[in-house]
Amino acid sequence: MRPLVPDPVLSVANLRVSFGQTEAVRGMSLAVARGETHCMVGESGCGKSVSALSVMNLLPRGINRTADHIRFQGQDLLGMSERQMARLRGDKIAMIFQEPMTSLNPAYTIGSQMSEVFERHRRAARSQAMDRAAELLARVGITAPGMRLGQYPHQLSGGLRQRVMIAMALMCDPELLIADEPTTALDVTVQAQILRLLQKLQQELGLALLLITHDLGVVARMAQRLSVMYAGEVVETGTVAEVFAAPTHPYTRGLLDCIPVPGKTQTGEPLGNIPGVVPRIPPGFVGCGFRDRCTLATPECAESVPLRDAGGDHCYLCRLPPDWKRATAA
Amino acid sequence: MSAVVIAQDVIKQQLPARRRLPAFRHLATLLGALIVGAALLVAIFAPYLTPHDPFAQDLNLRLIPPVWMDGSQPTHLLGTDQIGRDYLSRLIYGARISMLIGVLTVITSGVIGITLGVIGGFYGGRTDDVVMFLITCRLSIPLILVALTVVALVGSSLAVVILTLGLLLWDRFAVVARTTTMQVRNLDYIAAAQAAGASRLHILVREVLPNIANHLVVVATLEMALAILLEAALSFLGLGVPPPLPSWGLMIAEAKEYMFFSPWVIMTPGVVLFVLVLGINLLGDGLRDLLGADLRR
Repeated sequence: MRPLVPDPVLSVANLRVSFGQTEAVRGMSLAVARGETHCMVGESGCGKSVSALSVMNLLPRGINRTADHIRFQGQDLLGMSERQMARLRGDKIAMIFQEPMTSLNPAYTIGSQMSEVFERHRRAARSQAMDRAAELLARVGITAPGMRLGQYPHQLSGGLRQRVMIAMALMCDPELLIADEPTTALDVTVQAQILRLLQKLQQELGLALLLITHDLGVVARMAQRLSVMYAGEVVETGTVAEVFAAPTHPYTRGLLDCIPVPGKTQTGEPLGNIPGVVPRIPPGFVGCGFRDRCTLATPECAESVPLRDAGGDHCYLCRLPPDWKRATAA
Repeated sequence: MSAVVIAQDVIKQQLPARRRLPAFRHLATLLGALIVGAALLVAIFAPYLTPHDPFAQDLNLRLIPPVWMDGSQPTHLLGTDQIGRDYLSRLIYGARISMLIGVLTVITSGVIGITLGVIGGFYGGRTDDVVMFLITCRLSIPLILVALTVVALVGSSLAVVILTLGLLLWDRFAVVARTTTMQVRNLDYIAAAQAAGASRLHILVREVLPNIANHLVVVATLEMALAILLEAALSFLGLGVPPPLPSWGLMIAEAKEYMFFSPWVIMTPGVVLFVLVLGINLLGDGLRDLLGADLRR
């Protein structure tokens, strides 16, 4: 899909990732601008995390990654050596993982792990790095940061650990923060706190935030722009306002139907669901990846699918016209 | 209802046993630590502890029994050997040799085995195949036989024994390091470290190694006990530490001709060897439990 973001921090064009007989990502494109939150949404197995790891070039060996370009601040990451990539990781591009319980090394104190990143990229002294760590712990809302610095991960709760992970990601003032389902492993109240924190930091620091989630509620509250991924493709993208106002791809509609809406969804009324699971896409697959689960599928869907413009930045990957909802309703 | 009662009974029966076990374990660990600590101290301060020169012979004072037997001499607490050397002094210097062999062998084999195991476990694939092949090769080498051959060819000296054992005893380190690394490799903090720009070497040394160290410590104790026993066995066969160095194995070998009339000459070094190896194993067991609990947190 064509990125319509002017001067993006990160722009990915036509990313393809495959391993063995599976195409995990098929021509994914997206762009994240400075100070913008871009959400990648989709079920498990849609290629969201794989896309994020491809940007970092952290895919396990034996996995093929190709793209027209993966550009970060004008530099193409595709041609970079491992050493150059390592210099960017944790410095200009930081990442937060899903599982705060296992993302911290149990063998070291919080302070030691946080300052290590800073020492590595900034060649700073330990004391300086510790000061920076304490400052950031305070910033992510941890009281008594001095005490926390000396503690081990097992002494911290899940929410605290995720705050530590966020603080750690911010140690070197990154331009781009990739958060891979940062709140999935946390309970609901803590989720809300962490999201609020991420949003606040993103606005204050002018970060480009690439947020991976399967929760459209998170998208509505956090993002300016979203890409709905299905079976390795971006099936619908646009600003959050556009897509939520007129969800056009049947998959996006299906996802939105799964969410209870206060005041609209009646008690006892079944919520929508999308039957089936995300298919494994073999090489040489043609047509719409969603057609086996789509209620509106026709034989046409087995042919190559057009990219349609729905006005503004909003476009989607389906044979249906932008106003099909109104057409079928009428 | 009855199931609940039975369950309560079972719990009641099990509770005291459960309570007693850690206390006993604790005691055993403590005992092991005491034995190993004492052996280390004795080994380090041997010259200050020995009442006599362990090499000084006195043919007039051959095979004097220890103090608790008839015909003993108060100056030789544990008696003398067949050429009149003070037995206590020789045992103390023997501790030096045993501990030296134990520690240096563990360091040599540990470095080899842990390096191979961590690399194989972390990288997997072809690299792991090579490591596994090396481990299999090593396991198919008959240890005592090769050690005997090497010593017979190169000649026996302390350094040769240490090197031979060190180069042969790394397999358990490699196996344990490999499997534990495989478990740690896929944990999120390794991915997080990569995402934070850590180099491969940094990840292996600083992220993986500290998290498998507790398993390796246990292996180290086992290997140390094994090395000490092997040295004794080699020395007993006359192909270990050369005389007149006071190795416990050598002392047992030299004493075997006198065991019928002076059984203490063979029993004393035997008992000391047994106690030290037992101590090391108790310590190893205890460490495994202690560090295992540490992991479970």
